[in-house]
Amino acid sequence: MMSKEFVLVRKITYLLLVVMSVLIMAGCSSQPVQPWDRDVLAQKKMQLEPYPNDAFLDEHIYFSKEASRGGAGAGGGGCGCN
Amino acid sequence: MQLKNKTLKKKHKQVSGSLAIATASLLGCVSHSSTVQAAEDWEFDTSVLYYSETDRVSLVEPIIRARKDFGDDSFLNLRLVVDTLTGSSANGAIPTSSAQTFTSASGNNNYTTQANTAPLDPNFRDTRGAVSVDWEHSFAKDWRASYGFNYSNEINYESIGISTTFNRDFNQKNSTLTLGLSYNADSVNPIGGIPFALTFMDVTTPSKAVKSGSEDKNVYDILLGWTQVIGRKDLMQFNFNYGNESGYLTDGYKILSVVDGTTGDLSVNLDQRYLYEKRPDDRTRQALYWRWSHQFDTDVFRLSYRYFWDDWGITSHTIDMRYRYEMGSKHFLEPHLRYYSQSAADFYHTSLVQGQIPNYASADYRLAEMTSTTIGLKYGYELSDSSEFGVRIESIIQQADPSQVIGNQSSQDLVPDVEAILLQLSYSLRF
Repeated sequence: MMSKEFVLVRKITYLLLVVMSVLIMAGCSSQPVQPWDRDVLAQKKMQLEPYPNDAFLDEHIYFSKEASRGGAGAGGGGCGCN
Repeated sequence: MQLKNKTLKKKHKQVSGSLAIATASLLGCVSHSSTVQAAEDWEFDTSVLYYSETDRVSLVEPIIRARKDFGDDSFLNLRLVVDTLTGSSANGAIPTSSAQTFTSASGNNNYTTQANTAPLDPNFRDTRGAVSVDWEHSFAKDWRASYGFNYSNEINYESIGISTTFNRDFNQKNSTLTLGLSYNADSVNPIGGIPFALTFMDVTTPSKAVKSGSEDKNVYDILLGWTQVIGRKDLMQFNFNYGNESGYLTDGYKILSVVDGTTGDLSVNLDQRYLYEKRPDDRTRQALYWRWSHQFDTDVFRLSYRYFWDDWGITSHTIDMRYRYEMGSKHFLEPHLRYYSQSAADFYHTSLVQGQIPNYASADYRLAEMTSTTIGLKYGYELSDSSEFGVRIESIIQQADPSQVIGNQSSQDLVPDVEAILLQLSYSLRF
């Protein structure tokens, strides 16, 4: 039995999947960003994990408190917290 | 002379740092796994986390992460973590209108919980130390790889793992394909030993029949990822993660209440009230993950979404949003919003009915239908060109639903909400 909330989240998921696909296709078909235009992408705050400790701690907390794991990266080590 | 040498060395370092930035820019080297900085030799990130649940566990966790740049496209990453847990943890039994007595994990004594409150085991204590090392390098044009090792040890758990990642750049480094593999060999050794699953807790003696002292658990993961530069100010990543866990996946500390099928009340016999839980010994899980970073003038918006499913019947959705608001050149504020929703595992039961004991059962609320909402705020301050300070505070609320409410159970809050706060202080230094 799925709650209304769960169904709502599922609808949002489909919407996001469509947005993702469109954005990825747009990215692949557009002109590549040239090396001399990488000033913004090279900034620390534009990295995928600008603060590795924050990401590590979040992963540890949610791994301990929820039934899902993985997605953002491989590895990380085991823990008896779950 | 020595002073002169030092000055020259420092100047050389600054010049090589600037050259490294220029080279990185020219080559379009946007590292997707790590930060791009001037070629300082060392980068240190230190953090202390304080996490506290209302009436339940508290955790203090310091971390030191160090990254050494060898200047030839190779890096060494080290991480040391210590965490200390204290407090009470839900044992899985349902609250009832009278006080309840349980046998402790060690099997040597009892503890009693109050009427009309979710039973918590008050003896939850653990200290964990973890170390991880990985080395990354570029081994051919457009290719990068990393090789890692991790080890952790705590009172009732030991883990040894290896991992490797390969990255291949395409399309003038606008696209990166990633393959990640990891394997962990873990050992579970609960305090007081591993109880026989789905047998009754002996409360009156008290005692605990032990099946073994420890059991093994193996975990492997495969990750396939695609990172795409969408434009000058947009970066996107799409990952698929396949993982398998096998061995002892049960929580040896958790129990289930066994109740009358009509009244929902516990048995009068104290030794036939609680069963030790049992989970399947194999779990295959998969996750699709997407994230996007976009920079406005100076502010940065980050959004991620994960869809997860496994063969235990759990599916989940996670949406995570952060907006970094720049307050001048040195300060920023970053609100954070995360919403998580999961369906229940097939074998999740809030309580079991006498005479109807399934092959697998757990009353762990983390396997129930549940939502988890996080609201947080981070403040960051750049102390100098090479150091930064940060503090963040977050609030997490978890709300789970019972699988079934039988008879008199309707007067109880069978699965109460869990509220937690998180406070983290961070300091980073490069030199």
